[in-house]
Amino acid sequence: MSGQQAELPDLWQGLAAIVRRDLLLAWRRPGDVLNPLFFFAMVSTLFPLATGPSQEQLQLNGPGVLWVAALLAALLSLNSLFLSDYEDGSLDQLMLSAQPLPLLAFGKSFSHWLVGGLPLVLVSPLLALTFQLPARTVGVMMLTLTFGTISLSLLGSIGAALTVGLNRGTALLSLLILPLAMPVLIFGARTVALAATDDAVAAGVYFLAAYCMLALALAPFATAAALKISNE
Amino acid sequence: MTALLQADDLTLFRGDRCLFQGLRFALDAGELLWIEGPNGSGKTSLLRAMAGLIELETGNIMWNGTNAIRHRQRFHGNLAWMAHKIGLKGDLTLLDNLRFESGLRATDWSRLDAILKRLSLSKLTALPLRSLSAGQQRRVTLARMLLADASLWLMDEPFTNLDTAGRDLVTKIVVEHLAAGGMAVVASHQAMQIDAPVRRVLLT
Repeated sequence: MSGQQAELPDLWQGLAAIVRRDLLLAWRRPGDVLNPLFFFAMVSTLFPLATGPSQEQLQLNGPGVLWVAALLAALLSLNSLFLSDYEDGSLDQLMLSAQPLPLLAFGKSFSHWLVGGLPLVLVSPLLALTFQLPARTVGVMMLTLTFGTISLSLLGSIGAALTVGLNRGTALLSLLILPLAMPVLIFGARTVALAATDDAVAAGVYFLAAYCMLALALAPFATAAALKISNE
Repeated sequence: MTALLQADDLTLFRGDRCLFQGLRFALDAGELLWIEGPNGSGKTSLLRAMAGLIELETGNIMWNGTNAIRHRQRFHGNLAWMAHKIGLKGDLTLLDNLRFESGLRATDWSRLDAILKRLSLSKLTALPLRSLSAGQQRRVTLARMLLADASLWLMDEPFTNLDTAGRDLVTKIVVEHLAAGGMAVVASHQAMQIDAPVRRVLLT
């Protein structure tokens, strides 16, 4: 318009706006949020029932099962990350906004983690009980799961962005993301297992932290580029 | 003196089909560009390419003397978009939807009440958008455009789902926008009776 120019919102306002919107949407549809959490909890509680109550066996398998369940739970919710925005045209509005697209992509990943990743971290101590994991592992497990779920939300957003225009891209999404998620799974499960036997865990934690930082720095840009391709 | 919005030598293919080739047009403050053509002739694609959503095969779009695609942010800060897909969240209230917009681009909230009143949306602000009719949802996209402090409006079939009063309102709002020095690009297969300088692009 003519007249005085209204001011462009700054980056923080843009980030806050998208995080706030996605959290509000999650609040209005709690089912979408609770699904991955239920999946995580069910796999982790059913497994000990199926394998038998031997403490030795449970402690051996526990870290691996918990991590696989967390990984799959995270993958489960990734598919819908950009889907509704794509379908109702919000994605166009995001791409045509005055905010940088990587910032908005980061905002979406961040709220995805808040809604889908953080709850997994928070309930994991309870589930560790079902495997009779020693108390000293709980801290390490929560720490590694925190880094792991953040990495998965960020890396997963690249795959979700690439497959958003495809019909039923779920299988493809998993194929794209799994290779990137492997290091997280291997180091995550192994570090928790080491903690259970009272071994040194620092190396694994450092690796996961570094991987998380790498994803934090690069994934939003890759996601933005992928969105541009998918949303033609 | 070059025009504010200038497009040169635009070419776009979708698959093997050439939608347009060597297309050029210019648009200045207060003018409307009407993209006409039958269904499937590439009106939406041209609009999306102008906005930078689709990559052009060849050609440049210049906004205010700078390349619109390369200086994306400056261009998009001046642009408001309205298309078939409304780009609003059905689960959120009307007000939440508009509030989100204020994080994305410059908006003038002092006008909110007047805009909502004009579009007969004042009483619906606290309802989830899902419960509004298609025409009312369409009006919300209009409210979003008016709220945004954008000089260039890109509108894809703006009359869809609107009743006669709604259509008249759209026409009137666009005329006012043009009179205030704004610009609008409208893709529509319907003829527009509009009292403003109109340029045309005919796609076949």
